[in-house]
Amino acid sequence: MAANPYIPHTEADIKAMLGTCGATSVDELYADVPPSLRMKSAYKLPAPMNEPELDRYFAAIARENKPLICFAGNGFYHHYTPAAITAVMSRSEFLTAYTPYQPEISQGTLQYIFEYQSMMCALTGLDVSNASMYDGATATAEAMLMAVSAAKKRRRVLISATVAQAVAEVCSTYASGAGIILEVIPEEDGCTCRTSFEEMLGAGDVAGVIVASPNRFGIIEDYSGFAERCHSAKALFIMNCHASPLGVLRTPAEWGADIACGEAQSLGMPLNYGGPGLGYLCCTKALMRKLPGRVVGATTDSQGRRAFVLTLQAREQHIRRQKATSNICSNQGIMTLHAAMYLGLMGAKGLRRVNELSAEAAHSLAEVLTATGKAKLSYPDKPYLNEFSLDIAEPLSADRWLAALEANGILGGVKIDDSTVLVAATEMCSPQDIDRYVATVKDLQP
Amino acid sequence: MNKELYSPLIFELSQSGRTGCRLPDYKYSSGAVSLPAELLRGEAPTLPEVSEPSLVRHYTNSSTNNFGVDTGFYPLGSCTMKYNPKVNEAMVGRSGISDLHPAQSADSVQGALRIYRTLELYLAEIGGMAEFTLNPFAGAHGEYTGLMIIRQYHLSRGDEARRKVLVPDSAHGTNPASAAMAGFDIVEVKSLPDGTVDLDDLRSKLDCSVAALMMTNPNTTGMFEHSIPEIAEAVHAAGALLYYDGANLNPILGVARPGDMGFDVMHINLHKTFSTPHGGGGPGAGPVGVRAGLEAFLPAPHVTCLPDGSFAVDEPADSFGRVSAWLGNFAVYVKALAYILTMGADGLAAAGRMATLNANYIMHSLKDLYLLPIAGPCKHEFVFDGLRDKSTGVTTLNIAKALLDRGFHAPTIYFPLLFHEALMIEPTETETKETLDSFIKAMREIAETSLSDPEAIKSAPHHTPVTHPDEDGAALDPVLTYRMLCNSTTL
Repeated sequence: MAANPYIPHTEADIKAMLGTCGATSVDELYADVPPSLRMKSAYKLPAPMNEPELDRYFAAIARENKPLICFAGNGFYHHYTPAAITAVMSRSEFLTAYTPYQPEISQGTLQYIFEYQSMMCALTGLDVSNASMYDGATATAEAMLMAVSAAKKRRRVLISATVAQAVAEVCSTYASGAGIILEVIPEEDGCTCRTSFEEMLGAGDVAGVIVASPNRFGIIEDYSGFAERCHSAKALFIMNCHASPLGVLRTPAEWGADIACGEAQSLGMPLNYGGPGLGYLCCTKALMRKLPGRVVGATTDSQGRRAFVLTLQAREQHIRRQKATSNICSNQGIMTLHAAMYLGLMGAKGLRRVNELSAEAAHSLAEVLTATGKAKLSYPDKPYLNEFSLDIAEPLSADRWLAALEANGILGGVKIDDSTVLVAATEMCSPQDIDRYVATVKDLQP
Repeated sequence: MNKELYSPLIFELSQSGRTGCRLPDYKYSSGAVSLPAELLRGEAPTLPEVSEPSLVRHYTNSSTNNFGVDTGFYPLGSCTMKYNPKVNEAMVGRSGISDLHPAQSADSVQGALRIYRTLELYLAEIGGMAEFTLNPFAGAHGEYTGLMIIRQYHLSRGDEARRKVLVPDSAHGTNPASAAMAGFDIVEVKSLPDGTVDLDDLRSKLDCSVAALMMTNPNTTGMFEHSIPEIAEAVHAAGALLYYDGANLNPILGVARPGDMGFDVMHINLHKTFSTPHGGGGPGAGPVGVRAGLEAFLPAPHVTCLPDGSFAVDEPADSFGRVSAWLGNFAVYVKALAYILTMGADGLAAAGRMATLNANYIMHSLKDLYLLPIAGPCKHEFVFDGLRDKSTGVTTLNIAKALLDRGFHAPTIYFPLLFHEALMIEPTETETKETLDSFIKAMREIAETSLSDPEAIKSAPHHTPVTHPDEDGAALDPVLTYRMLCNSTTL
């Protein structure tokens, strides 16, 4: 056999092992594969690379990409990743383990998941968290499924038009599979239309209502009265929220939400071109047994020591198969360790400061951009934190705006339509970065 | 190590006034931003206040309570716990890979799109498929995506009556769960005594109400479904599609391709066959492939190559919709592509063959003491139905816990459901004969001790960081957060 650093078999090993198996060749172990199905030639793949070649290959690919100063969000935000996180994340006792099915030798994983669950409950104000979903969109879709499951016969779910488009589209996919009627509550001046919400809820048969905060335009909506109206109609109130702003904003629990869900990439996770991030899902204790995915609980061992275990497993696919609350098995795993370490390093004060800096950067940028006369806030009267929607004045367009900034090393935002850009800022955007953004815009010829 | 000092919960190490971060002190022109009080949270969240070294010691200490592939042998059946090459990890962290925002213009991420497209094409070659999507985040998510493609295919033909998905009784639990989420009714297909699908039972259940049959091949008993040509023919004759659960792809690398077997749609678990780390439960990746004719139904968005050789993101013509906010777990694809590039065609084929050899070697070395219900030869894994001699009442659970004491991770236990005392063992190709021999020795010693001193096995484990955690108590009165722990009267 050719030398391969990951396959240790010597000719002598193979011979001895085949002898134990009563076989004379490895081919004999494949005698049950019909000849008609066997590959006639090897895969058409490049010749194997050694490590220096691989490094050069990816270095060349990296040079085809252009990292930009990031003023984009739309669910993914460029916050700083503390070096301690990267260092601990590489502990291979964590990284190379799998689902903690054997609690006796998985206390490391189980404990950090328990800590993560505790921190997400502290952020959302809700009672219970699972051990992660894939991303904010699938977490929201699973929240929708929970609502329908809890409501038994009711099949309508209302989703606000101000929920991020990708999140709404994933919910729509999951609704179509599950036979759920997903209806959109119209938007009014950047916010969920309250009159339509009341009417649509009043029409009956609603299992849940999904809203977002901050919403798809960055606006922090006022949801007072929403939960009460939902609950009087026996519908669940579901809030999609990015994780980091929960450090300062009114919590889903304070708004009366039954479920909070969303993307937790904003807890200092690298952008990585969109993944892995981390979907989180929290709920009230009443809904605990409807939660999808892994959940870790505390208990004691036979010697009275504290121990952590996977619990409430009767909900899960490996026990319940098609009757499970979800099909989820592998989730975002070690990203929950990332979240727990980030929140541990930041603490409540650090998290608040990150949000203050991000908000100040965004508001400063908005002020100077609108002062150029080349753009105005789409919703000037609405409160926002670190993300805002900008109307680009004619004859400029969103495309020209973003292209000019990109040419100057800046990702100026996310295009919403031909004349609208969604702009976000974080503590990674220095005052000089803001000056550069503004200088580029000032140079833009109409 | 001082576990008493650093191993409590991070909350219990907290002291008011400490911090683990140092943030910029930028002065922005806006000054402090004030929001209406009713939009702000009433009180600060209860988060720990710890110094950076305290946090690092806490997690470093707690990591030593864990067992990973880098710690030792991890024969967890159907999970393919092979070694995760370090060089693959090193490819992710560099600028130009880790610092790209997913909303960047295609022009500015041509390299990232090249990674996507290259991996899609390599997976299509390995799977024998026409096209792939990398969007699904995990195996079960891939199954769901594949079933939505199948649903869309039937609907596009006006064939709305296909409400059933057939699933063998040996299938992974995710198969029926995914089919249920996609809105299908599940019908189980029986297995023959040799673990393969009962073709007669399958034929009796195939009709115009069936959308698909989901299969793994090799299946969860480690057997190659040798009747797969007949199965594919029967499924297609009934107008249904054949779905391949790629969890068990590893042993047939370089031997046979799912597309050539007649599968129409498949997923691959990159965290299994393609060596990306399992991360204590994720992130994984579950790319989905389709045969020619089904490309238009793939999820949006999708990466394509334009005639001029550049890459673009578009939406397939008849896509069923979106399953992810962006393009999936990108960093995982970088690692999987690095793996394929370093292994090459011969290396992948060798991986498959040595995985099979390792499994057969363990099986033959232990079948005199453990009950082997299906004789084999197996592929990547096999199943024992507990000890041959069950007279002392030692169970599969006892055996699993005794292995922990002996420095091994346990096999998958009580799955597949075909056997009461299932012990499902998958060694993978990255293990040396010496490791396998020491595992075999431990398994033999456990079998012998279970007769001479059964209590020693039944009371295992004895040497793990915790022993016999009260799982029933945990489920009866769930304590799921630090706050609940503080309020608990029993913990």
